[in-house]
Amino acid sequence: MSTALVTDITIFVLALLVGIEVIGKVPATLHTPLMSATNSIHGIVLAGALLIGVTAHSVAGYILAFVAAVFASANVVGGYVVTGRMLKMFKRRTPAQKADQN
Amino acid sequence: MSTFDTGIQLVYVLAAACFVIGLHLMNSPASARRGNQASTLGMVIAGIATLILLIHSGTVTATGWAVLIAGSAIGSAVGLYSARTIQMTAMPQLVSMFNAVGGGAAALVAIYEYMHDESLHTGVLGTTTVTTVLDVIIGAVTFSGSIVAAGKLQGIVPGQPLIFKGSRLINVALAVIAVGSAIFLFTTASLPALFIMLLAALAFGVMMVLPIGGADMPVVISLLNAFTGTAVAMAGFVIANWALIVAGALVGASGGILTKLMADAMNRSLANIIIGGFGTGDSVVALDPGAGSAQVRSLAADDAAIQLAYASKVIIVPGYGLAAAQAQHGVAELAKTLEERGIEVSYAIHPVAGRMPGHMNVLLAEANVPYPQLVEMDEINPEFARTDVALVIGANDVTNPAARRAGTAISGMPILDVDQARSIIVIKRSMGHGYAGLDNELYVDPKTSMYFADAKKAMQQLTAAVKTLVG
Repeated sequence: MSTALVTDITIFVLALLVGIEVIGKVPATLHTPLMSATNSIHGIVLAGALLIGVTAHSVAGYILAFVAAVFASANVVGGYVVTGRMLKMFKRRTPAQKADQN
Repeated sequence: MSTFDTGIQLVYVLAAACFVIGLHLMNSPASARRGNQASTLGMVIAGIATLILLIHSGTVTATGWAVLIAGSAIGSAVGLYSARTIQMTAMPQLVSMFNAVGGGAAALVAIYEYMHDESLHTGVLGTTTVTTVLDVIIGAVTFSGSIVAAGKLQGIVPGQPLIFKGSRLINVALAVIAVGSAIFLFTTASLPALFIMLLAALAFGVMMVLPIGGADMPVVISLLNAFTGTAVAMAGFVIANWALIVAGALVGASGGILTKLMADAMNRSLANIIIGGFGTGDSVVALDPGAGSAQVRSLAADDAAIQLAYASKVIIVPGYGLAAAQAQHGVAELAKTLEERGIEVSYAIHPVAGRMPGHMNVLLAEANVPYPQLVEMDEINPEFARTDVALVIGANDVTNPAARRAGTAISGMPILDVDQARSIIVIKRSMGHGYAGLDNELYVDPKTSMYFADAKKAMQQLTAAVKTLVG
């Protein structure tokens, strides 16, 4: 096993433990926004999709890069926007004037 | 590692740190918006670092740039549009679709890397093959499985468990093909084997979700979320990028925790859910013999309004039926009317009240219900004994006292202790069964009155009746 792989596995395991610790503290009331927030976080795969471009010099490579970029960017942008939209709705008190949706 | 590469990796670490901080800030609704902003900042940082990396490499062709820019622009537009326009009731479908594209993108990254490496004729591909194989399998299962899950939630694919003769055999065959191709790939670099594995995994994803019923969707979505995270982490191994590894691990942890919470809330093991069977209607158990002779009492809006208007503490128990009837704004309106009379109103939220974890909270938050009123099951259960009226709207199995006895389809499932309240009003369209196909013993409790109506109309009538009653 290479040192790089051992480092990667170490990072993975530690991040998993950090995730369990941090996410265990998220209240149930925020579980849907949590899920869409983690949705946008896994959109980081966009970095991987874009990096295909560094070596893609064939039609197949371009197609894969294109589809991966579409998928991942929809994931990132959609995830953040919808999470923000949901979190905006969580209010401590009922607003005096009932806000109209949208 | 050159100075440049080190610098870029450190920037990715910074982005990963932003993700952790962002998730940490989600531990309270008050700071959650800042959490989302911190996480967005992390993503922008990672995006800029990637862009610098692309420019610095100097090997991206003009076509390459065009492809990347067009792809990102189209994807962003689609994401933005769906995020802006989606109804809150349809949130599970959207999250499912985001799982699908995330898993799909992760699989594509690994497929590309594999094709690219193979074209260099490096023969057996060493350690990256394991992560490549895992990435492709998990990513592909997530992709097709999430699309089927979204289809079920949207009603395009039938919601009830789809089990046909030989479906288990097909699953086993697909698993054997996928694992067999994977083992072959460890010894021999072969693009066709990779594609056979990919197709088997895609088919397996479909077959995995088809037999799962609508009531189990909260578990399935959480599980697929965990899969997506794992696939992205594997993609991080494949392209040696720490940001992907950390982000993937965080999402994997989150999905895993939610899966366990949801499965526990239904007192079912994951294996049991995936094999399927809930809602097949073969598990009907007779009522408690003592309750057999009991009558169901129904009441009219005015009587219900009197009970509510002269209560001092009311707990509202919403179920998915409430959201299906689009009655969440009506409930909020009724609650507001009651609160103006000085009545203490709170909402008892069962973990699986919606179609995904926390779904009911979002639906009620959208209807301007203040979040401190939304109380989790463990916290609200001791409150029922001090409650004058428990108002059950569109919830069924999660209120059934039969869960406390052994030998029923829902035995051992944690429930809301609605039957402890002094009086119970159940709003329901008819005496139909819940997902478990079980009669609800709460309905024949002497303290219970049934108000047969559509939830939305019932809320309007109740609010109007309370208002006339108290002037």
